[in-house]
Amino acid sequence: MIKVKSLADLKKMRESLQAKVDLREKGEAAENLVQIKVAMATCGIASGAKVVMDYLLEELEKRGINAVVTQTGCMGYCYAEPTIEVKLPDADAIVFGYVDKKKADEIIEKYIKNGELVDGIIPVNYESIDDK
Amino acid sequence: MKDLSLHVLDIAQNSIAAEAKVIQITLYFNRGNDYFELVVKDNGKGMEKDFLLRVTDPFTTTRITRKVGLGIPLLKRNAELTGGSFSIYSEPGAGTILTARFIPSHIDCLPLGDLAGTFALLICSYPKINFIIEIIVEKTRFCISTKEIVEAIEGVPLSNSSVYPLVKEFFNTNLEGLQITNLG
Ligand SMILES: Nc1ncnc2c1ncn2[C@@H]1O[C@H](COP(=O)(O)OP(=O)(O)O)[C@@H](O)[C@H]1O
Ligand code: FES
Ligand SMILES: [Mg+2]
Repeated sequence: MIKVKSLADLKKMRESLQAKVDLREKGEAAENLVQIKVAMATCGIASGAKVVMDYLLEELEKRGINAVVTQTGCMGYCYAEPTIEVKLPDADAIVFGYVDKKKADEIIEKYIKNGELVDGIIPVNYESIDDK
Repeated sequence: MKDLSLHVLDIAQNSIAAEAKVIQITLYFNRGNDYFELVVKDNGKGMEKDFLLRVTDPFTTTRITRKVGLGIPLLKRNAELTGGSFSIYSEPGAGTILTARFIPSHIDCLPLGDLAGTFALLICSYPKINFIIEIIVEKTRFCISTKEIVEAIEGVPLSNSSVYPLVKEFFNTNLEGLQITNLG
C-alpha cells in the first residue's frame, strides 16, 4: 500500500475513491446492501468486537462485497459477545454470537455470499437492535 | 480491557451516547517523567454532581452487576494499578472531561494496542461527530480532526467502505512516525 501520511496524501486517493463511490451509487440502493451491526458496548469491546469490526471492514472491501458496517450499543447478550447482526437484502436480520475472525470469515463466505446458515445464531424473535 | 486502544474506544462510546458533537481525544506521552495521559473531552449532555460521584466510585454502589464491570471503573482501575491516577469532571449541559494517567514503566501498564484502528473506527462510524485526535510526544504534536479528513476526501462519505482502510493507514503511518508503537 502507498504510504498515506498527510492530508495531501489522502486527497490524492480521493479520485480513485470517488470512482468507486460513483460505481456503487449506480446499482446499489441502501436496501440492496448487506447491513451489519457490531455490538460495541463495554462487554463487546472487552471480548473482541473491535477486532471483528476491523476484520469485517477490511475483508468485505477486499472481497468486493457491498456492505454497510455500523456500530451499535448493548444488545444484552453479554454471555455471547462479540455479537453481530447481519441483514441480507430481502431477509430478516440474524444475530450471531461468539464472533471472532474465523467465525466472521465463515459468515462472509457461507451466509453473506451464499445464504447458507452457519452455527452461532442467537435465537431471538425481534426486529432489529435499534427497535429494542 | 486488554489494551489502551480498547479503553479509548469504550470511553468514546460514552461521549457518543451523551450526544456529543465534538469529542477530543488527547494522548500525551511524557517519557522524561515516565507518564502517559489519556484525556477525553466532549460537549455532550454531561452529568449531575451526585451521579458523577457514583460514576467515579462505583464499588460503593449496587450499579455493578456485570462481571466485566463498567467502562469508567475499569479504566480507573487500570490507571491506578500502574500508580497513575484518574479524574473526571462534568457539567450538565456543557460536557465531560476525563483524564487517566498511567505509569508506563509499571509492570501492570497495559500495552497501547491498535490505536490507529480505534481512531479510524470512530471517525468512519460517526461522520456527524467531529473527532479531534491529538497526540503529543514530548515536544512533537500531531493533531487531526474528522473535519480535515472529510475535506481531504471531499465528496466521498466516511461510511464508504474504502475509506476505513485508508484512514487507518493514515493513523498508522503517523503513529509510527511519532514512534509510539509501545508505551514503555
Ligand atoms: N462522557 C459522558 N457524558 C455523559 N454521561 C456519561 C459520560 N460518560 C459516562 N457517563 C454516564 O456514566 C455512566 C457509566 O459509564 P460507564 O462506566 O462507561 O458504564 P456504561 O457506559 O456501561 O453505563 C453512563 O451510563 C452514563 O450515564
Ligand atoms: S451489558 Fe451489554 S452486552 Fe453485556
Ligand atoms: Mg461506557
